[in-house]
Amino acid sequence: MNPIAVIGRLFLAFLAAAGRIAMFAGVAVSHCLRPPWYPQLIGRQMLDIGYFSLPVVGLTALFTGMVLALQSYTGFARFSAEGAVATVVVLSMTRELGPVIAGLMVAGRIGASMAAEIGTMRVTEQIDALSTLSTNPFKYLVAPRLIAGLTMLPLLVLVADVIGVFGGYLVGVYKLNFNPAAYLKRTFDYLEFMDVMSGLVKAGAFGFLISLMGCFHGYYSEGGAQGVGRATTNAVVSASILILVFNYGITEVFFATR
Amino acid sequence: MTATPKISIRDLKKAFGPKVVLNGVDLEVGVGESVVIIGGSGTGKSVLLKCILGLLTPDSGSIKIDGQEVIGLPADEREAINRKIGMLFQGAALFDSLSVWENVAFGLVRAQGMSRREAKPIAIRNLAAVGLPPEVADLSPAELSGGMKKRVGLARAIATKPEIIFFDEPTTGLDPIMSDVIDDLIVKCVHELGATALSITHDMASARKIAHRIAMLHAGKIIWSGPVSELDHSGNPYVDQFIHGRAEGPIQMQVSA
Repeated sequence: MNPIAVIGRLFLAFLAAAGRIAMFAGVAVSHCLRPPWYPQLIGRQMLDIGYFSLPVVGLTALFTGMVLALQSYTGFARFSAEGAVATVVVLSMTRELGPVIAGLMVAGRIGASMAAEIGTMRVTEQIDALSTLSTNPFKYLVAPRLIAGLTMLPLLVLVADVIGVFGGYLVGVYKLNFNPAAYLKRTFDYLEFMDVMSGLVKAGAFGFLISLMGCFHGYYSEGGAQGVGRATTNAVVSASILILVFNYGITEVFFATR
Repeated sequence: MTATPKISIRDLKKAFGPKVVLNGVDLEVGVGESVVIIGGSGTGKSVLLKCILGLLTPDSGSIKIDGQEVIGLPADEREAINRKIGMLFQGAALFDSLSVWENVAFGLVRAQGMSRREAKPIAIRNLAAVGLPPEVADLSPAELSGGMKKRVGLARAIATKPEIIFFDEPTTGLDPIMSDVIDDLIVKCVHELGATALSITHDMASARKIAHRIAMLHAGKIIWSGPVSELDHSGNPYVDQFIHGRAEGPIQMQVSA
């Protein structure tokens, strides 16, 4: 087989997929902006994404903050800059690790369950049934999930930031013997509004992407149980990759303004 | 038959890639008439139904409901058309995140804006119409047997008092007695609503019971259509082979896929 033809075919398939996702996103967003909205459904999704993800996200944030303090201490001690540990922890958490870790955890938890639920509804004709009952599936299934993802991830990341910084504080004070007051002062001295803000913007984008991938792959799943399984895998993998790609993109934009 | 048919299909064509499924289907269903489309598995019965429902877009041809062309309608006008329509899906397609009565009341609450308090008694009345006791109302669909799911699906389809009801293989997967019960319910519900019915099935007992008129779909076309009474002497070898379920005849089943 001609290798150039293979590359071309892969590239075309990629473009086709990107186009389908973009069109799906366009229709879905237009339904987010137009009434009627279903507050009850949005509320249920918010509860699922925001509240029930707290334990997972909280635990990962805690240990991330802790290990960050430990590792940066090891590094900085080599040129007697131990004092920078608190600053490194808070900047890394708010700008980078809080949103990325929360995003990846929620992608695994929520993206997978969205794709599985919507995919099952597709293969059991429940989505067709929605249409015949004069209910738009985008409005009923997709829009509430996108709205909930977009709004809940920033809140979740805010909590993850606090817990992560607290994890760093625990290690700093009880293991590395920093003075508690000095550690906290160091934490907040160099923290700027834009550090937290850029993290929250990332979080909103990640939440949107997670819901979009979950809904998209579920909506177009076909071929029974196997198809739903494939949709679930694709939703998690594509959401994770997009999170890392967008993470760089958004960082680049904020880096310009610092 | 009355002047404008309820559903009128002209030269409908649909292909998936190189595979031509519908190759010029012509069909008319009059007001209050019950038409059953028979045909082997994979002859495009479901595709035809999905085209009429607007779930698939045909390649060419025309579908008119109450004289209005429905192919290519914008989403909101399509929703208005769907308000006249009820559908019983093959697997019932009940929403498993909702209870039985919420399923039945779905069209009333979502599409007609009725309050849940008003809708619940109506849902229970519809469940009674398909022979289910009020206790079933608060169960979840996962707790129901296949026959009960079909009944709930039927109750959901008739709850909004549609003018047209579609039945997709209403008796598939049910035992012969339950099939007959469902057939009786379909006849009764359609009659009480005065609705027009279009069903697809390959269960001949069911077809004879619920149909006024039977149409046979083969190779993407309606090859025969006539009243139930003429089914046994249609003079059409395809129909004869199908209704008697013979492996030998003009219809060659593709055994190796």
